[in-house]
Amino acid sequence: MSDRLATLPRAAAAPAARPTRLAVLIDRPAWLGGLMIGPAVLYIVLVVGLPFVLALYYSLSDITMGGRTLGFVGFKHFAAVVGTPKFQTALKNTFIFAVAAQLAVMVLGTVLALALSRDFRGKWLVRLLILLPWVAPVSLGTIGWLWILDSTYSVLNWVLEAAGLVPPYGGFMWLGVPHLAMGSIITVHVWRILPLATVILLAGLSSIPQDIHDAAQVDGAGFWRHLFQITLPLVRPIMLVAGLFGLVLAFTDMIVVFVLTRGGPYDTTQVLASLAFFTGVQAGDLAEGAAIAVFLFPLLVAAAVVLLRVARRTEVT
Amino acid sequence: MRRWPAPLRRAAHAGILAPFVLFTAFPFYWMLITAFKQTNDLMTRENNPFIFNQPPTLENLRILFYDTLYGRWVANTAFVGVVVVAITLVLALPAGYALARLAGRWGEQLGIAIFLTYLVPPTLLFIPMARVISDLGLQDSLWGLVLVYPSFTVPFCTWLLMGFFKAIPRDLEEAAMIDGYSRLGAFVRVVVPLSVAGVLTVVIFTLTLVMQEFVYALTFISSAARFTLSVGVPTFLVHGDVYFWGSIMAGCFIASVPIAVLYNFFVDRFVAGFTVGAVK
Repeated sequence: MSDRLATLPRAAAAPAARPTRLAVLIDRPAWLGGLMIGPAVLYIVLVVGLPFVLALYYSLSDITMGGRTLGFVGFKHFAAVVGTPKFQTALKNTFIFAVAAQLAVMVLGTVLALALSRDFRGKWLVRLLILLPWVAPVSLGTIGWLWILDSTYSVLNWVLEAAGLVPPYGGFMWLGVPHLAMGSIITVHVWRILPLATVILLAGLSSIPQDIHDAAQVDGAGFWRHLFQITLPLVRPIMLVAGLFGLVLAFTDMIVVFVLTRGGPYDTTQVLASLAFFTGVQAGDLAEGAAIAVFLFPLLVAAAVVLLRVARRTEVT
Repeated sequence: MRRWPAPLRRAAHAGILAPFVLFTAFPFYWMLITAFKQTNDLMTRENNPFIFNQPPTLENLRILFYDTLYGRWVANTAFVGVVVVAITLVLALPAGYALARLAGRWGEQLGIAIFLTYLVPPTLLFIPMARVISDLGLQDSLWGLVLVYPSFTVPFCTWLLMGFFKAIPRDLEEAAMIDGYSRLGAFVRVVVPLSVAGVLTVVIFTLTLVMQEFVYALTFISSAARFTLSVGVPTFLVHGDVYFWGSIMAGCFIASVPIAVLYNFFVDRFVAGFTVGAVK
């Protein structure tokens, strides 16, 4: 056998005539697999796992930015934090912000994905323009909105004034009035997440086999019936994925709030993530900041569980 | 069956799409037009803001590049981007391959576990991270960002590359191994060169993720000269009551649109990675 192989010209040209024992050992799939994946896993454990455990521990300790102490104080911070009106407002705002934004994203994303799922001229350009808010650095796109919503030079107010809908100098303070400010940050967040939801839903729509649509057509299903009884049920798992990612992003994001309002006016747009930043980093109270941030954790666990179930279900079928 | 005539259907289709495009693209159009307007023009409320009431100017761009640290921030972002891309490739290429080929069932589980770490948001980690970075003496240094950014690029890129490697036929490596290459050799000489598209995808995504990152940079960096674009512009250019809107908008547009056009070519792969197998 080996003689026969040796006569083949290709085998003769092979590199490394006799591998060393170490090389043979390393080349076993199990060993090589461990060696190849080890560094990535180690890195992730060190830069995600370790800080994650630290976050939990900090929230139970009395650490500060400058201080060297790391005493265990139990649930003191949670108890202290939960009672403050600042925290309660932020918690309420986080839910309003995330749920309202995500509902709008799912409805608009579905409509937009359906509109994009058919072919038309200039589709690539439309897709590029729709993707822009997702790809552009969030903080910079949001500055664009800061200028659009400016208290004095807002283009929206100019249009309203020009149309005679508001008196001169009677425009809205988009970021200066509590409810308007909340509406503004929700709108900007929808603007930023919508492209992601749309492209994910679009992938789901295009994965439905054409036969199913044809069969529905043959059976005489009208537009709405086709949509609600065939198309949407078939994209449900992927809607779940898109919705979940969006929800996690909405619950944990602080960039839009930071750039547009810094939580103002009077903390009416403060969310948990921005409150954690202002408390933990700007005010230097790491422990209390960590305690606030840890409130985001149960949500992530829930999202992870649902995602795993979706992944498992698609694996089985 | 009542079907609308074709021209009417097309008009309705365009009518649905147009408001969406207006909504998503308007801020970028607004950045572009603002960038070339004279400050006087911008600051006169009576002027129609949709047109140039005074001749367009390049002064805003001159201010942006000569009188602010913008050029420095571009360089900082590029530096962090390149180093993070290198780290990501070194870690994620072998890991993705091992998950696709060498690991059996536990590989699948480990793959999902790695992907899930992508869900852990910076807002949960930045507080302990700030302390760790300062203990390492890396506060206010770009190396702090270089250390931390792979925490979100590696999980996602490992997952992406795993999908890529699964799509390469096994026969190719087996042929290489019959030719006398070790499995490692086959990976380096046969599989990686075949995955140029996958590597490119990883490069683009890593770059956009680095450009987008805000929370860590805001937390770790304190001197203006070491900011990245995403933090430098909102914290340093936008401040007080003196707004250089023309220059700010120019800075936002330049940092947003070119990378978006590039990204557009790769977006389908991004989606394929994001949908966690919920789409077959």
